[in-house]
Amino acid sequence: MAPWPTSAEWAIVALSLKVSVLAVALTVPVAYALAWLLARRRFPGRILLDAAVHLPLVLPPVVTGWVLLLLFGRTGPLGHWLEETTGLVLVFRWTGAALAAAVMALPLMVRAMRLSIEAVDRKLVGAARTLGATPWRAFLTITLPLSLPGVLAGTMLGFARSLGEFGATITFASNIPGETRTLPLAIYTGLQVPGAEAAVTRLAIISVLLSVAALLASELLVRRSHGRRAHVL
Amino acid sequence: MSFDIALTYRAGEGTRECEIASEAKLVAITGPSGIGKTTLLNCIAGLHEPLSGHVRIGGETLFDSAIGIDLPPERRRAGYVFQDLRLFPHRTVSANLAYGEQAEAGLMTRSEALDFLGIGHLARRFPATLSGGEAKRVAIGRALLAAPKFLLLDEPLTSLDPPRAEEILRLIERIRDELGLPTLLVSHAAAEVERLAGEVIVLD
Repeated sequence: MAPWPTSAEWAIVALSLKVSVLAVALTVPVAYALAWLLARRRFPGRILLDAAVHLPLVLPPVVTGWVLLLLFGRTGPLGHWLEETTGLVLVFRWTGAALAAAVMALPLMVRAMRLSIEAVDRKLVGAARTLGATPWRAFLTITLPLSLPGVLAGTMLGFARSLGEFGATITFASNIPGETRTLPLAIYTGLQVPGAEAAVTRLAIISVLLSVAALLASELLVRRSHGRRAHVL
Repeated sequence: MSFDIALTYRAGEGTRECEIASEAKLVAITGPSGIGKTTLLNCIAGLHEPLSGHVRIGGETLFDSAIGIDLPPERRRAGYVFQDLRLFPHRTVSANLAYGEQAEAGLMTRSEALDFLGIGHLARRFPATLSGGEAKRVAIGRALLAAPKFLLLDEPLTSLDPPRAEEILRLIERIRDELGLPTLLVSHAAAEVERLAGEVIVLD
């Protein structure tokens, strides 16, 4: 077996990273806003919103992909609207793979961020207000920095989840070489044909390494931001 | 009038009423635990919504349910020293002090406050590394630097050993005598109340 990945395999890795980076970049602000709403606000429909956010975690991924196809397909209401207004087509494109990965990563990111927002003592926000801070400034200077460990952990977790996304991606964005064939899809494809064992092994090893790196990075970032507070500069 | 307060508010299970009308610079509020003393301070600071009534301090109306005035906490200018201090754990002492600092017409500059409170050497430390007495002085300094129009001190001497408590007592006396800010002090230590307060309100 040739030990080093071929350039075609590196291209698959690059595509996977591109898809996951876009997915996470799109999801971080949305996930944080949802996490904040669920952690800090009481409003009608909150339980429904909570359930909707968590749905991709429990649905078969193929069903999530099918729902995305219904909504964001070229004839779906959102897909049609996107194409009309921006010319953007998601289905069968790498951007569609990123959308599928984003939706699948969302619940994990919201959970991590929500826990860390709930851990921020609301009394500190009250203290900031008495010191003259508007609600927005209190959020930016107290809630956001104190919940940052959860944001980083959630981001890394979401990134790792995006790298591994399979079911919703193959359903919504299909398995198109060079466009939507990310690492898991390439491994799956390799397993369907004889003689690709070596390539499958190399891609699987890269998958493991990337996932472990993302998890380690998340752990290190969380520790650093916790540790900083307890020490004398 | 320093204080003209009449409030009905929810505290714990029940509804409480409290009236304070006083010319004294330092008014102490005392009463058994759980009677709603801290909740009263929160109502005055704008952190807890009273059922009805009014809050006027130094002639300024902060809350009046009859005419629909309810200033948000950031516009009430309370120098609130919380019982649990609430220093911001992710900011150094100096960044905590700077948080509400008002450039215009503050009572004192930051370096004066550091001197006044004897906390200059702590500027680069994080709150988690401070002793109880140090943290308390930082919390008082943070409140003073925000150019407050009045002070709310919630049990400022609890959890301090006698020498530290004496230090903070002297500090409160200096704030009363040298800065002349209207101050509400919640305490259930009779000696402390007697020594500091011009008037005592008992909640029961």
